Amino acid sequence: MIESPTEEMPDIAARQRAMAAFAEANFEELASVLTGIAAARNSVDLRRPEAGLVMLRGRVGGDGNAFNLGEASVARASIRLVSGEVGHAYVLGRDTAKARLAAIADALWQRSETRPTIERELVAVVEDRLGQALRARQAQVAATRVDFFTLVRGED
Amino acid sequence: MYVAVKGGERAIDNAHRLLASDRRGDTDIPEISTNQIAGQLKLAVARVMAEGSLYDPEVAALAIKQARGDLIEAIFLARAYRTTLPRFGYSRPIETSEMAVERRISATYKDLPGGQILGPTFDYTHRLIDFGLAGDAVPEPPAENAAGLEPAPHVTRLLNDEGLIEQNATRSDAPPRDLTREPLAFPAGRDLRLQNLARGDEGFLLGLAYSTQRGFGGSHPFVGEIRIGEVEVEFFAEELGFAVTLGRVQLTECEMVNQFKGSASEPPQFTRGYGLVFGQSERKAMSMALVDRALRAEEFGQDVTAPAQDQEFVLSHSDNVQATGFVEHLKLPHYVDFQAELGLVRRMRALHAAARADEPDEAPPEEADEPVEDREAAE
Repeated sequence: MIESPTEEMPDIAARQRAMAAFAEANFEELASVLTGIAAARNSVDLRRPEAGLVMLRGRVGGDGNAFNLGEASVARASIRLVSGEVGHAYVLGRDTAKARLAAIADALWQRSETRPTIERELVAVVEDRLGQALRARQAQVAATRVDFFTLVRGED
Repeated sequence: MYVAVKGGERAIDNAHRLLASDRRGDTDIPEISTNQIAGQLKLAVARVMAEGSLYDPEVAALAIKQARGDLIEAIFLARAYRTTLPRFGYSRPIETSEMAVERRISATYKDLPGGQILGPTFDYTHRLIDFGLAGDAVPEPPAENAAGLEPAPHVTRLLNDEGLIEQNATRSDAPPRDLTREPLAFPAGRDLRLQNLARGDEGFLLGLAYSTQRGFGGSHPFVGEIRIGEVEVEFFAEELGFAVTLGRVQLTECEMVNQFKGSASEPPQFTRGYGLVFGQSERKAMSMALVDRALRAEEFGQDVTAPAQDQEFVLSHSDNVQATGFVEHLKLPHYVDFQAELGLVRRMRALHAAARADEPDEAPPEEADEPVEDREAAE
């Protein structure tokens, strides 16, 4: 299934990054960008959007052999654009409508005509929102870090 | 003769209508939303996700609402729901070293890279009821430190550098066994034990963990590290030929550092117990780590003498859905079974009376047979 891996490696990394953003995007973010793109219209389902489970694995001691921790609900979808590109999506949760939009975004990302728009209006926007939320949370968490100091006691 | 009894449908329907109405309660009071449960009863949601073995805050919140706050009932609902969904596959193993920590503490090292980060903890509160929360007091905004966080490596890695602590076995590519796909058999490997404990009842594991501290299979533990935070989950999609990020989940991880094991060839070193749980669930993660270590007794040449060290005892009784099913089934009609027992006890009493009538009179009346009869009647 891997198409010429050596040539496409940089592309795969970029696509993984974009797909991670689609998975983190909410329905409204995806919908508002995709409605403005003509190529997004009339896509067909290759696999009907569906909800299912992925068994999450941890590692013994955090760094040893894998074990099965428990399942998570995941929605997935696969679509084909009218122009022929195929898009896939796997996202946490049961929102199959969002999964379908994420699959359309993945397909649009693969078209050189629409990739810049998707990168600018969707990937960058979602990454920016996540980055801001993470920094804000980390600032709150960092304020709970303990600063130890030593009390000098007795004779010196 | 077996007599099938029908009836009760209307009583059952009406009982469920009454349940629905009681669940809603006083309609002058606004109905609770699942968003409120997911946002404000987050630790209850975490428990339902962990023991329901299904990471889905929305489903867990809805299950809590449906169960009227009965968390074991909610866990049952989550487990039942997961059986309706197809399995897409297995995630790549989650790397907890890459966690965006919201809490990270160690009881073994004061000064460690990344620091002691308390996060949103109940620790050091005075456990006094806060009557202010009964009103609509707005909490102070959290303090902030713009400097942010430093990288926080696993504490066990620090001990590893000196060879003072047991190393985890070299990673093998063999897929771990899966309890949801095959029945539990003994002896169970550590992969199966950890899967069982991760979905096991918090109260049961807490009691077992406590028993090890009180001397039933003790291992003198220290909290090497507890960390809580979000991690990314990756899934290898066959149709793509590469791994995709599904999103982030919140986990609690606990590494217990326990007393020593050595041999003629190996110098003494600390041993480890591990806990990993969905959501913010520190008590459960700590209990899991203590019980994991207790269950490794044989591996370290310790005698299996305590309940927490007995895999069959622990793993067969940790699941609260199984446990509640078997305990609670006793309240369902057992009319025919009980009729049979009634017949039996009547026959036994008749035989007993006949035997006494045949006995000579000098049998001492003080040694009355009452206790025996009581016991039989109670069966």
